[in-house]
Amino acid sequence: MSDATLSRYHRQGRRNSALVGVLALAALAALLLDLMTGPAGLALADTLKALAGGEVARGTSVIVWDVRLPVAAMALLVGAALALAGAEMQTVLENPLAEPFTLGVSASAALGAAVAIVLGLSLPGLPAVWSVSGNAFLFALGALGLLQLLGRIRGGGPEVLILFGVALNFTAAALLSLVQFVASADALQQLVFWTMGSLASAQWPGVMLIAVVLAGSVPFSFRAAWKLTALRLGEDQARSFGVDVTGLRRWTLFRVSLLSAAAVSMVGVIGFVGLAGPHIARMLVGENHRVFLPASLLTGALVMSLASTLSKTLVPGVLLPVGLVTSLIGLPIFFALILRGRRR
Amino acid sequence: MQGLLAQGISVRYGARSVLAGLDLPLLRPGEVTVLAGPNAAGKSTLLRAIAQLQPHGGKVLLDGRDLAHVPMRDRARLVGFMPQSLPAGSSLVALESVIAALRAGDTLGARGADATAMAVLDKLGIGALALEPLSALSGGQRQMVSLAQAIVRDPRLLLLDEPTSALDLARQVRLLSELRRLAAEGRIVVAVLHDLALAAQWADRIVLMHGGHTHAEGRPELVLTPALLAEVYGVEARVERCSRGRIMVLIDGEHAPG
Repeated sequence: MSDATLSRYHRQGRRNSALVGVLALAALAALLLDLMTGPAGLALADTLKALAGGEVARGTSVIVWDVRLPVAAMALLVGAALALAGAEMQTVLENPLAEPFTLGVSASAALGAAVAIVLGLSLPGLPAVWSVSGNAFLFALGALGLLQLLGRIRGGGPEVLILFGVALNFTAAALLSLVQFVASADALQQLVFWTMGSLASAQWPGVMLIAVVLAGSVPFSFRAAWKLTALRLGEDQARSFGVDVTGLRRWTLFRVSLLSAAAVSMVGVIGFVGLAGPHIARMLVGENHRVFLPASLLTGALVMSLASTLSKTLVPGVLLPVGLVTSLIGLPIFFALILRGRRR
Repeated sequence: MQGLLAQGISVRYGARSVLAGLDLPLLRPGEVTVLAGPNAAGKSTLLRAIAQLQPHGGKVLLDGRDLAHVPMRDRARLVGFMPQSLPAGSSLVALESVIAALRAGDTLGARGADATAMAVLDKLGIGALALEPLSALSGGQRQMVSLAQAIVRDPRLLLLDEPTSALDLARQVRLLSELRRLAAEGRIVVAVLHDLALAAQWADRIVLMHGGHTHAEGRPELVLTPALLAEVYGVEARVERCSRGRIMVLIDGEHAPG
């Protein structure tokens, strides 16, 4: 009897791993679709050939490598980073609504961008093209650093962190309004466009930066998977299992800070992915973080990549800000999933 | 020195002192000790302090080692803790949650963990629930899973906070006889129980707590006396001796002072 149950458990585990594999393939397919879509539609064969460095028209090669791939790769990586950050945040803050937005990371990044765009202040020595992203990164990281500091002074419980995060969110939003108030019409338009979240300005160096941050933090996330799983059973339980919950929380929030600051600084404010990616993943594979974390990451990548394609095709000839697309298209899907989940 | 010794345990929540220098007698391996007492007597706080889940003053020595200075991972092997309740919202399945109890603190590697966890569920008679999500279990079933999480690391010291509060009669007997068996194998078992009848029947020793102090302690028939119960709970109680040397506590009503 117990052997049968165990092998059923292992079968479920294999099924979940297979689901993660399917998500990975779907994300890759979405990436290809994203590459094929645009003002000049490309055939799948040509796209693949261009990617492989094969014999294609010179125009096709330029479109794939220089125009579309940075944008498509950025979409994939930003989606992955935001969803992984959201998943880990929801667990360590023991709150299903936690994501980079809730803690004021996005608002702070927007404030940083505003300071660069409107006031022209940025880090000395940074090339002009990087001034907006650099500022946004710095402000987002600063916000999470401040949050950790405040949390540590006050004992660092999850409720305290969330309350401080919400306060930080409103503070950053108020300061942002102040900067907008003094901004010129030109700068204001630029800023509004930035806060809507856009992939249009994606460049290879930015893609590389996110790739490096993601590659650097994913191994640590996955290594903490059982610890994070234990935290779902409550803080006392995790501690009695031998998990240093305070340390786990601190390091996870550090990783999450880097991930979300990098993502938000590159593409602006992208809603929904950090919140819904983990929720969709949870409905698919459950809460064992060994599959939940990779599933969240891949769901985020998939959703964001599809959103990138949609942002080009929804209104022909117009590139919509991708942040709008994720929110508008994503939310109905999310509602449907929640309602379906409730009925079961 | 074998056993658990807690000395001068004090805990404050802000300005309020919950435990003020409480001493426990030496609790020896093989014994089941029940912490009893009215609400807010500090029972759960004492249990969490012993488990090092609660900042506290004083010393907790297990077999002569100061638990506060034992590294976390080693402490997880020595001490099992069963909380009052598990969060009801988790979609983890029961078996997964017990495996997490082994693997989160690296107590046991991937190889043996799954089978060890399954064996514990079977032993507690809840093997059939192994693949059920915790959110789909009843309060009592979750309590049994929580017990499995506490004992799966085979700890020397087992601390349980109201382990029977949500259990039906059969499961109460099952859990308490399991505790007796675990103690008989040389473990130290400490449980908070509200049900004095259960305490009288299953405990080797009862520690009666009141207002953050040990009011009385000793064998059940020495602690469960009408006088002490009136002092601590303010109730009118009769204590009857029945067959096999057991005692029975009957509550007649509130104690009329004077």
